[in-house]
Amino acid sequence: MSNIHSAFEHGKAFIPFITCGYPDINTTKAIIHKAVKNGADLIELGIPFSDPTAEGAVIQSANYNALKGGITTDKIFDMVREIRKEIHIPIVFMTYANVVFSYGTERFISTCREIHVDGIIIPDLPFEEKDEFLPECNKYDVDLISMIAPTSDERIAMISREAKGFLYIVSSLGVTGTRKEITTDLNAIISSVRKHTKIPCAIGFGISTPEQAARMSKISDGVIVGSAIIKIIAQHGKNSPVYVGEYVKSMKNAM
Amino acid sequence: MTTNKAGRFGIHGGQYIPETLMNAVNELERAYNFYRNDSDFNTELTRLFNDYAGRPSRLYYAERMTNDLGGAKIYLKREDLNHTGAHKINNVLGQALLAKRMGKTRLIAETGAGQHGVATATAAALMGMSCVVFMGEEDTLRQALNVYRMRLLGAEVIPVKTGTGTLKDAVSEAFREWTTRIDDTHYCLGSVMGPHPFPMIVRDFQSVISREIKAQILERENKLPDYVIACVGGGSNAIGSIYHFIDDSCVKLIGCEAAGRGINTFETAATIATGRMGIFHGMKSYFCQDEFGQIAPVYSISAGLDYPGIGPEHAYLHDIGRAEYVPVTDEEAVCAFEYLSRTEGIIPAIESAHAVSYAMKLAPSLSRENIIVITISGRGDKDCAAIARYRGENINE
Repeated sequence: MSNIHSAFEHGKAFIPFITCGYPDINTTKAIIHKAVKNGADLIELGIPFSDPTAEGAVIQSANYNALKGGITTDKIFDMVREIRKEIHIPIVFMTYANVVFSYGTERFISTCREIHVDGIIIPDLPFEEKDEFLPECNKYDVDLISMIAPTSDERIAMISREAKGFLYIVSSLGVTGTRKEITTDLNAIISSVRKHTKIPCAIGFGISTPEQAARMSKISDGVIVGSAIIKIIAQHGKNSPVYVGEYVKSMKNAM
Repeated sequence: MTTNKAGRFGIHGGQYIPETLMNAVNELERAYNFYRNDSDFNTELTRLFNDYAGRPSRLYYAERMTNDLGGAKIYLKREDLNHTGAHKINNVLGQALLAKRMGKTRLIAETGAGQHGVATATAAALMGMSCVVFMGEEDTLRQALNVYRMRLLGAEVIPVKTGTGTLKDAVSEAFREWTTRIDDTHYCLGSVMGPHPFPMIVRDFQSVISREIKAQILERENKLPDYVIACVGGGSNAIGSIYHFIDDSCVKLIGCEAAGRGINTFETAATIATGRMGIFHGMKSYFCQDEFGQIAPVYSISAGLDYPGIGPEHAYLHDIGRAEYVPVTDEEAVCAFEYLSRTEGIIPAIESAHAVSYAMKLAPSLSRENIIVITISGRGDKDCAAIARYRGENINE
């Protein structure tokens, strides 16, 4: 068992998503520190991919810019190795199947274990294909996080029963990005999940405001925010850590 | 429930897509498995193939080319004579009819050269469906005529500015759009790629090409060809051209990849020659990528072959040695484009010219007893401005 459960042991979990290397790796480090200091319970670190098919415009652009700046998987591993000296809350990676596969699955997942990364989210890896990485994840005790979408319907049972770490509940159709309104009946989805598993459910996609965080945390165990944070980073660049810190605090306080 | 190993060609293929789309591809697979055996569906599709698209396409004996090259007898499978000017219509009529039976009212598609976009816009017009086509911004410029054709047919064309602004980005954007709107929308994928069941569905609809070649060549020559040659981007005309010959081990199957400025440069799109195994756009296959798995910004003069991957069934045929994949450069393809125009009076698509080029090298090494079939996947009108530009001439269309 990974350490992910500890993120959900102090009330509702706030999970910020940060694209590594955007605008540069030192700023990423500073952002992580500020987010943790201001109440983040789990950090989701994006390893950029050239063609992030599940992302909206904001995170796509962060991916391209980070890669243009020369970020690589190895540099991200080094950064995490370093921050792990001071940061002890759970960390998960979010990246695409090819980034893991191409690095060598065993080499990638064993490095996760070595640098104390607790889990991995792969948006282009549905239940049917999880055997691609699951044997290595089990071997090195890295949780392969499953996602449930508004369209999952009868698939919820099989996904929930085998879920590890936490379940990523996708709030809306489409790609990542902030949304004014979330119309999916998440209550129904989460109560359906609860019939099959006790692991925590965190809602992501489209959440940006403290009001949304408050509403979503009432029906789940945690909230994941990506695009809203990346927008702050896009606006403030190297000066963004302090702004991200303030934002994390406002979200955590609302939950 | 056990893990479903659907859609594998050897180790390639699979369904590497977001959870949001899983029920959509499952629904598509169920519908396809039903309608592929439904006689009404097949009768209707055959009627569309024959009466609307103009099938069967001709198998033409290229006598002047044969004599000029002085080796094997060369036949051209004339997919360029299909309605809309390329093989793409075969797949699109099948998928549009399937989508219609599934109750979908809207088609979305990606396009590179624009031929698949034009075919999809055409089928949408024919069947009274709405249509949105995603096309790399770079490609909208080099294939401006096709953009206008799609608009004329009632489709909305959305230029994709992200990434390299080419075919792979158009595919990514079409997938994104599909996750946003699934209920009324079918993603009419244009090649034998993407997640299962697309590589199977597209192959089946395109396999009409090899079914016809086989019947036509047996009638003309009373024997099978020695070589079947087609160009490969994602690989739909190639798989269609070779599918019914896979079990005929005497027939050599050749796919011609776009080498761009050469396989020793970074400006290439030759996946088998320069790529390695990966997972992208829903499938495990070979991809042009860097050491960290970032997809490479590929290049070819041909917008239709300018894709960093290859369909999973081709990857498998390569692995087992059943088909051979060879790189052909821009320069070689342009020479073949000009050669076929002058020698046979047939202007091929620049994509198809890659296959013509390889046949030009191969034919002289064979004897008159040997037969080569080249699939001319599309017509070359769309390429004239770009080829003129390549030769330093600026013609205003």
